[in-house]
Amino acid sequence: MSLDAKVPQGPLAEKWSKHKFNLKLVNPSNKRKYNVIVVGTGLAGASAAASLAELGYNVTAFCFQDSPRRAHSIAAQGGINAAKNYRNDGDSVYRLFYDTIKGGDYRAREANVYRLAEVSVNIIDQCVAQGVPFAREYGGLLDNRSFGGAQVSRTFYARGQTGQQLLLGAYSALNRQIHEGKVKMYTRHEMLDVVVVDGHAKGIVTRNLKTGEIATHAGHAVLLCTGGYSNVFYLSTNAIGSNVTAAWRAHKRGAFFANPCYTQIHPTCIPVTGTHQSKLTLMSESLRNDGRVWAPKTKETAEKLRKGQIKAKDIKEEDRDYFLERKYPSFGNLVPRDVASRNAKEAVDEGRGVGGSGIAVFLDFADAIARLGEETVAAKYGNLFDMYLQITDENPYKEPMRIYPAVHYTMGGLWVDYNLMTSIPGLYALGECNFSDHGANRLGASALMQGLADGYFVIPYTLGDYLATIGPKPVDPNHPAFEKTKAETIAHVNKLLSLKGNKTVVDYHRELGHIMWEYCGMARSEEGLTKAKQLIADLKADFWKNAIVVGKNDEVNSALERAGRVADFIELGALMVEDALQRRESCGGHFRVESQTEEGEALRHDDEYAYVAAWEYKGEDQPEVLNKEELVFENVKLTQRSYK
Amino acid sequence: MSEFKQTFNSSLGKKLIMALTGLFLCTFLIVHLAGNLQLFSNDNGYSFNVYANFLTHFPPIEVVAYILYASILIHAIYAIILTTGNRKARPVNYAAKPQSPSSWSSQNMGLLGSILFLFIVIHMGDFWYKYKFTHSVGFKEYRTNLVTGERTVSDFTPEKPEFEHSLSYNGDTEIVRVKDLHTSVANSFSQWWYVVIYVIAMVALSYHLLHGFQSAFRTFGWVHRKYKPIINFIGTWLFAVIIPLGFAAMPIVYFIMSLKK
Amino acid sequence: MENATMNLTLKVWRQKNAQTPGKFETYKAVNISPDMSFLEMLDVVNESLIRDGQEPIHFDHDCREGICGMCSLYINGRPHGPKRAITTCQLHMRSFHDGETITIEPWRATAFPVVKDLAVDRSAFDRIQQAGGYISVNTGGVPDANEIPIPKIIADEAFNSATCIGCGACVAACKNASAMLFVSAKITQLALLPQGQPERYRRVQSMVAQMDEEGFGSCTNTGACEAECPKEISLTNIAHMNYDYFSAKLFRQEEVHEVKHGGA
Repeated sequence: MSLDAKVPQGPLAEKWSKHKFNLKLVNPSNKRKYNVIVVGTGLAGASAAASLAELGYNVTAFCFQDSPRRAHSIAAQGGINAAKNYRNDGDSVYRLFYDTIKGGDYRAREANVYRLAEVSVNIIDQCVAQGVPFAREYGGLLDNRSFGGAQVSRTFYARGQTGQQLLLGAYSALNRQIHEGKVKMYTRHEMLDVVVVDGHAKGIVTRNLKTGEIATHAGHAVLLCTGGYSNVFYLSTNAIGSNVTAAWRAHKRGAFFANPCYTQIHPTCIPVTGTHQSKLTLMSESLRNDGRVWAPKTKETAEKLRKGQIKAKDIKEEDRDYFLERKYPSFGNLVPRDVASRNAKEAVDEGRGVGGSGIAVFLDFADAIARLGEETVAAKYGNLFDMYLQITDENPYKEPMRIYPAVHYTMGGLWVDYNLMTSIPGLYALGECNFSDHGANRLGASALMQGLADGYFVIPYTLGDYLATIGPKPVDPNHPAFEKTKAETIAHVNKLLSLKGNKTVVDYHRELGHIMWEYCGMARSEEGLTKAKQLIADLKADFWKNAIVVGKNDEVNSALERAGRVADFIELGALMVEDALQRRESCGGHFRVESQTEEGEALRHDDEYAYVAAWEYKGEDQPEVLNKEELVFENVKLTQRSYK
Repeated sequence: MSEFKQTFNSSLGKKLIMALTGLFLCTFLIVHLAGNLQLFSNDNGYSFNVYANFLTHFPPIEVVAYILYASILIHAIYAIILTTGNRKARPVNYAAKPQSPSSWSSQNMGLLGSILFLFIVIHMGDFWYKYKFTHSVGFKEYRTNLVTGERTVSDFTPEKPEFEHSLSYNGDTEIVRVKDLHTSVANSFSQWWYVVIYVIAMVALSYHLLHGFQSAFRTFGWVHRKYKPIINFIGTWLFAVIIPLGFAAMPIVYFIMSLKK
Repeated sequence: MENATMNLTLKVWRQKNAQTPGKFETYKAVNISPDMSFLEMLDVVNESLIRDGQEPIHFDHDCREGICGMCSLYINGRPHGPKRAITTCQLHMRSFHDGETITIEPWRATAFPVVKDLAVDRSAFDRIQQAGGYISVNTGGVPDANEIPIPKIIADEAFNSATCIGCGACVAACKNASAMLFVSAKITQLALLPQGQPERYRRVQSMVAQMDEEGFGSCTNTGACEAECPKEISLTNIAHMNYDYFSAKLFRQEEVHEVKHGGA
């Protein structure tokens, strides 16, 4: 099948404005005749639902949490990029575009990325108007800070909780529309399937997580704003509830899944302490501004450290290996996330890891404290140090922090065209749920930007075009497709409930996570991936034989919820491995050991792999079909990244 | 009017009423204490009796007095209304004893208030009611020589039962005849259990005001970074220490004096 | 890196749903590592319950890093457990000792009916926000962000109010089950900012009216809410709300109808 990204013609800078003009409009009095379904209420979902309702559409919104305000966008710490150039430091829409496309290792669509950079400035205006309390300077104007990789200060922030403040802004806009009666909000509802009528998405099937009721909802279009799938790794920085189910079920109904193997591993997380661990906690990237990353030079020293015979401060300067500073003298500790992560893994693989488990390296502030004083360091990072102390019971002012990379974000997702429509007409994907803007690696402070760009400033335009095309005729909720899809969902739920084996779904999830982390994590090889493929197939078979799911459907049943999600993660895991196998190059977060430079850096093969891999579902246990969207670069020159 | 009704039916409005009446009662306490300090003037109850007479016979004060009684009642009634509402807001209590840090007094305003209400009933029944509506209080006659300032005192029995007080002159001598509340007070305060009641009530008053005074300002929304410490200081030292101590000193001193007799 | 594990006894409130009465059940939590978070300890208990074919203990949780506000356990008489300024998910088992009995209850309030076991329905908070917790601007057509200068000190203060995560610990801690700390934080954040001025007095009235309708208790300024708030929201917010409310109700000229709730 050919993939038409519907990228408008014309010069890059004019594409979006021309496209907006060319899109069909829905007359204001007709808007109220349309019903739009929005699934997920994070930055993308809440902003889309609110903006569409403001335009006059009737919106039905769903979230699985107890309140729309709790979507995982809330946990984003660092900030949000925007090409405001308030600093007069040479920033521009073009520079943000360029940084983003380069940061993504040239695996994103130029037109999308440019549009993202273009609307970034509007996002900040919008959020400030809503009352988002961004950091300010004494003059009363907005403050900026610099962030991973960029050479300009374009990151707007609200202390360490930018995500929460932005989400509360979008949530307040959503609340206003709920109050106006334009949005009907369903909380504690999980989407379990898409209803496709004559090839168009016309509704969804949901399960009420309080009563177990499985119901259908009809709409003229369905927007999936359901986030990423990092939890396929079991341990990630995502919330426990974050899942792929909505996107995956849509995929199984015909939506292509693009670049599933592109995952971002964040270098500065608090390491795992034991098998009981349920999630990983991120420590802001900003720590690398003053912290120095190191591991003991020799295995022997590391061994003594792990056994508790010596302490970090007993290790002499000459016995320490500040490996990032050593290998990347010009960027030092501030190399991009993927590079920093990979090097930490290397040190650990060499047996030089620290901490009880040996799966960690040090992030040391001793020099910074000596240089700036404890007070200054506390002012800058106090809350992060407190958080670290809280979790590890170790005082980072006295001993170096232990850090290790953790899965943090997924660049892959449902394939969408320039209008954010998936390969199922009428089904859209916004935010982290789609694959569109970050290529193979996402820059810091760009996720919030993309979620809000999609919701506030892209979908309100592009959705109208589709709705105008299909017309305001009401969707027939009694079409047999609704009943049929609902019956299939019920059958799936019953199948899960019939599992009465001896292993819990969490056991399977943990096992899946091990496989993914080991073979499809920071470094991937043909051999490992092939092995993983088999392991996942076995795991899937075992799951449907030996898993145990307690309880009934018609009640609150967290075990059942988890089971459905884990079953989908297992299938997604298989596709990720498949995708990683076919991409025999290294790019961004996808590092194939076979494809590296002499210095061990990621090596792309632009001639062969400058495409988006969009996978098409072909049925239960059938191999998925790879569709390629060639990436055309008319404005940027593809180069090898170097941080030496 | 409906907007006012709405306001005072709201949770915040009810609190406003509590705060307003509470603070009014606080100001009364200052006046009451200042007046009652006459008990300590060593003049056979002259100043005190004259003062008591003034309070009950000066019309503006009478009006204020009725506002005061109303305030006490409203403060108590709204406390009951609010407490009932608050109980309804948590129908199932925690099994584990709540450990959340907050001051003892703030947690027990209802209890402290109930003690105070009971005390007020006893206190007013014994003095105010008897003074005003019964004939059980005796009379005293004070003869003051306006030239020398010498004063003599003697019991006095009025001829008519409705007699309240009189002021007359006999040459250089001023003759004041008033109800002798002073002796009633002295008699009451010579009973140990009466003193105990008073002291307990004043301890309750102290804790009630320790929280209540500054809480009222919070309810008004008058929490200012610069003035909050002043309010807390006044609430603590004046209302929770000086005033209760001043009131408690009276029965104690009179009790000790009664022992010496 | 302590290796010693702990054994604990849990007294847990179990309740099928809001309609069914609940009761305490006792469970053993064995081989608990002090490095576990409180929720991970419950995960361990739940895993073993499931293996035995029993229903796991239901509790709300999501981000597990102290920001989503979903976790909500009343542990040994305190919301979010014995430590200050953290959520339940940030509480670690090293705060308990071997052999201890831990009582775990849901938030108790009329306005927070039990969903199941330890999870409660906090949609009252959403409805209060829907009544007016926003600035009425549509997407697009807003002024440039730097056209509204805000003194840093005001912006910081607004931020302090905005850090509220809506967990409901304030309600749980308050002896009156009052929601005033939550509501006032929301009102104050917007009342402090210039963008929030046009709707300032309307907002406070609508939100307070909705709060009262939800059946929360009233404030007696005990400060328990402030002491238990994982984000240390200050009691001063309540004073700020009171001031605005009385200004609106008693001194402002314009008549404002309390807005009735319209949506879901």
